[in-house]
Amino acid sequence: MTIRGKAHIAGAYEHPDRKIPGKSVAQVHAEVALGAVADAGLSLSDVDAYFCAGDAPGFGALSMADYLGLNRLRYVDSTETGGSSYLVHVGHAAAAIAEGKCRIALITLAGLPRSQRPPRASASPLAPEAAFEQPFGPTTVSMYALAARRHMHEYGTTSAQLAAIKVAASQHAQHNPHAMLPKPVTVEEVLDSPMISDPLHRLDCCVISDGGGALVVVAPEVARELPRQTVKVLGHGESPKLAANGRIDLTYTGAVWSGPRAFEEAGVTPADIDYASIYDSFTITVLQTIEDLGFCEKGKGGAFVADGSLQAPYGRLPFNTDGGGLCNNHPVNRGGMTKVIEAVRQLRGEANGPVQVPDCELALAHGNGGSLGTRSAAATLILGREDA
Amino acid sequence: MTAGAGALPAPPPAVNPETQEFWTATAAGRLLLKRCQDCGSVIWYPRAICPDCSSLRTEWFPASGRGRVYSYTVNHRGEGPYQGSAPYVLAYVELDEGPRVMTNLVQAQDAELAIGLRVEVVFHDTGGDSALPRFRPERPPATR
Repeated sequence: MTIRGKAHIAGAYEHPDRKIPGKSVAQVHAEVALGAVADAGLSLSDVDAYFCAGDAPGFGALSMADYLGLNRLRYVDSTETGGSSYLVHVGHAAAAIAEGKCRIALITLAGLPRSQRPPRASASPLAPEAAFEQPFGPTTVSMYALAARRHMHEYGTTSAQLAAIKVAASQHAQHNPHAMLPKPVTVEEVLDSPMISDPLHRLDCCVISDGGGALVVVAPEVARELPRQTVKVLGHGESPKLAANGRIDLTYTGAVWSGPRAFEEAGVTPADIDYASIYDSFTITVLQTIEDLGFCEKGKGGAFVADGSLQAPYGRLPFNTDGGGLCNNHPVNRGGMTKVIEAVRQLRGEANGPVQVPDCELALAHGNGGSLGTRSAAATLILGREDA
Repeated sequence: MTAGAGALPAPPPAVNPETQEFWTATAAGRLLLKRCQDCGSVIWYPRAICPDCSSLRTEWFPASGRGRVYSYTVNHRGEGPYQGSAPYVLAYVELDEGPRVMTNLVQAQDAELAIGLRVEVVFHDTGGDSALPRFRPERPPATR
């Protein structure tokens, strides 16, 4: 079975705020859910499938489904792969729709890490590996720093090349009125920002933001009846990358598997992609991912990003035109939802004017959850304009 | 600045029946690994099942305690027990037996930190019934 063209994204909504005091997490889930169904021209009472991940408060999908009053559900999925969960959910929703299990799927993400500072979820003492990692003081940034250092060692990647990724994101963010960091920065400013975990500087890191987003995925016959332009789901690939019995290799990501699966299902190649949302928890995440997805030769990502390839609208691979997690929004430390949302905007021609890719027909969205330094899960979506 | 020279916290690991023997050995200054009795794979992290061939016949054996740095970072922002301990060095060390293990580099000058650096294990008492295996630069016998 293939999902190619058998499901459409009909609604996409990003919460406009980046700091949300005085609200509960469930409340923000409700706000983004309402935003996405309204964008689709539907209402919550139409929803018959619900998808959420570890950011959703309560017991799996049940607490939020109950809170939202989703009384007609016949499909639920609470797959948790960290920041890539929401791309996985789109793939799973498309497969469920293609099999006739449901017709209108809602996916939500929301959280308040700035306003509420919850405990980190990734360091569960019950995890079987925890005793062999946590006592040594790994932090999120330091795990990606280990990957950056090894990539530099094997391929000669430089800090200035990594900084070029942040520079491109900041150039895009200046056109986004909701961006948390709308000011363009230079390579020098990235390199001069405080070292957090060598070789990653503060400006190599994404923002921490409250907020969230939601998507509505529907069957083609539903899409035909809706007032808004929808986006076709053409391909999906997902792939956990594990620590591999001590044979961990920090120079690549699970995108080496999720990418080809998604491209094959969609029947396209990297050269066909007009716009790419690339997971950008850190600059090194982007660099490894564009290599692994085949946008450039492995190990040549540094040279690729340093010559302006990522710059919208006319670079070879316009990326993260909302400013991405590096400058715009990385709600609840999970950047996958906003990656899909910006790809939908591009395919609808609704990106911010100066960064709208002309005649954007084919987009890629990619997420990576977990940690590049240990266990992670990649997910790739290929999306197409409705009329393409 | 010497990121690998300072005193580090030694938070106790959560020990369970599956890993008790490993941690008891660390308290005695010995590093154990597990080997699969069916396929011969060295297993990391220690567990009852061989992740390479699914065998449950895994046995402990003493490791050399030597290896080389696979990657490292000088972390300037410690969290939890490490808050206030920065800068410190987080690393993956590739043991001579093969596995790449998460650890800290200690007793090292910044200038000698490098991928490929030969290192040897030292044990830092957690104050419980375990010690953390950390690694310091391997010294020539004359200076040890």
